[in-house]
Amino acid sequence: MPSLQLSLSISPLTDPTLSPQPKPQSLLLVPHTPLRPKHLLCCLFATAKNAIIVEDQDAVVNGRVGADTSVPAEEDLLLPAGLQKEFMPKHVAVIMDGNRRWARMRGLPVVLGYEAGIRALRRVMGLCCKWGIIRVLTVFAFSSDNWFRPKVEVDFLMRLFGRGLKDELENFVRKNIRISVIGDSSKLPKPLQELIMAATETTKNNSGLHLIVAVNYSGQRDIVQACQSIALKAKDGLIEPEDINEFLIEQELDTRCAAFPHPDLLIRTSGELRVSNFLLWQLAYTELFFTQSHWPEFGESEFLEALHSFQQRQRRYGGKNT
Amino acid sequence: MALESKLKDNSTRMNKLYRFGMGLDMKNNSDGLVSRLFGNLVSSMRKFLFRILSVGPIPNHLAFILDGNRRYAKKWNLQEETGYKCGFWALMPMLKYCYELGVTYVTIYAFSIDNFKRGPKEVQCLMGLMQEKIEGLLEEESIVHQFGVRVHFIGNLKLLPESVKVGAEKVMKATANNNKKVLLICVAYTSTDEIVHAAQESCQRKWDEIREMKPGGGAHSFEISNESQEEEERRFIKLVDLEQCIYMGVAPDPDILFRTAGETRLSNFLLWQTPTCLLYSPGVLFPEIGLRHLVWAVLNFQRAYSYVEKKKKQL
Repeated sequence: MPSLQLSLSISPLTDPTLSPQPKPQSLLLVPHTPLRPKHLLCCLFATAKNAIIVEDQDAVVNGRVGADTSVPAEEDLLLPAGLQKEFMPKHVAVIMDGNRRWARMRGLPVVLGYEAGIRALRRVMGLCCKWGIIRVLTVFAFSSDNWFRPKVEVDFLMRLFGRGLKDELENFVRKNIRISVIGDSSKLPKPLQELIMAATETTKNNSGLHLIVAVNYSGQRDIVQACQSIALKAKDGLIEPEDINEFLIEQELDTRCAAFPHPDLLIRTSGELRVSNFLLWQLAYTELFFTQSHWPEFGESEFLEALHSFQQRQRRYGGKNT
Repeated sequence: MALESKLKDNSTRMNKLYRFGMGLDMKNNSDGLVSRLFGNLVSSMRKFLFRILSVGPIPNHLAFILDGNRRYAKKWNLQEETGYKCGFWALMPMLKYCYELGVTYVTIYAFSIDNFKRGPKEVQCLMGLMQEKIEGLLEEESIVHQFGVRVHFIGNLKLLPESVKVGAEKVMKATANNNKKVLLICVAYTSTDEIVHAAQESCQRKWDEIREMKPGGGAHSFEISNESQEEEERRFIKLVDLEQCIYMGVAPDPDILFRTAGETRLSNFLLWQTPTCLLYSPGVLFPEIGLRHLVWAVLNFQRAYSYVEKKKKQL
């Protein structure tokens, strides 16, 4: 008997409409050698209840057997159990609160709290890239009222942003991540402004995850500058004051760079129940999720908890019950 | 017939509960005496509780999103209209508690512009209920007279039926001189519409100022300053111009935003005014809201007070 190379392709054949996902009922066997009757003999000894032998390797595309649409696509299998693809948020916003409290609780310097926060951000970005459904991730890195923190801390944060941009740029290019920075960057140190411009320019054509970092950002200032831009257009006779509408204001807000400018889900860590002047206009219909965990502790399980909560919400937008 | 009778009984029961909660119908007979004594005892205990709470800071402005009326009706097998009425009956005691506690401003999200998307029958029912309750505000025994409340109707009132709009304007005029407490009722309101209106209004005012400007200079916003011309042009309208034109400019920013029924979202309510506001979303449906929810919210507010005050000053 010629040696038979059987490879078990990891494609459990399950009904995608069932939740939670049941255990695989069948195993897909894709022999590397041409199909022989002896292959059938081997299947008799298979431990699976059913075995499907596919003669042609090419008939297996993305884990699906031919046109059998009941088999979930490979990218769907990357989504954790219990989450439904059609109810995933397209834009997630995060207020990364609690870095200093996390550090103080451990008797560590505050700067280590911020560094741990950067690692948490990398974890969340990694998950968004892995799942592929969240298209925009906006993070509140530095508020306009954070300038009142001690100068040593503010200077460290500015250096941390710069270092983060420089170190991660190659990673962004490799993972097709686009980065944008919103907020009043004119008040940031000049070297950081240059790094921001370089990073946004280098990644502007990337079509993967869009990471928006809010630095020196204020939701009220964003609305005011949008209204000022429109008022200038009215002053120059391009539009009449009565033509000003919500659409025009949206076109002038900082988030106009995003394909999905309104967050579907806002996550705030550390238990504080407020939005702290973040994306005020854009949060009109956003589902808010507050968690007690501090930002450096935020990982996959906390993110999944937020997403599960989001998926259970009924979004009516003021209209009828669905 | 059985269902109609059940609904009528529920409605009568709710009405009695409301009138008891408001301290109305205290007749001078034996039954009334017991009710009056009990009512006075409850009222005294409540005032004592508020005295204790007043040791800490008391919020100046509370805002409510009255969510859960339809779910309440469904829960108790009532019609939706009765659910809304139950919401109103729960609102009046809550307003009374807020004013007794020392809160000066209370804002309620009565009807959003988005709610026009609901079925025409439901919208008509809501408008009818609103008109009835607006007229009720001018009654002698209403909360307006009890606490000296000035009422403002906030929103794009042009979108309302004429009868409701006329009623609202009548109440605003009748209560314009009241200065102890303020009630802001948001109808035909969304925050984004409010900001658009503020932008339109402030642009229009600037245009009017420029047209009235006499040669040689007069009082106008384009004073000669040390700013560059580019900066001056950029600030054709300023933050203060927008704030003067915003509907909610008659009140300070809210300290606590209540949303009942467990939904944690703002639904286009007071977006501009809530940058540092405490968000409180108990799971209780609005018609079931009680004193304990108010007390819990105030305790949370007091816990975070010093941090929030520091942030407000920075803003």
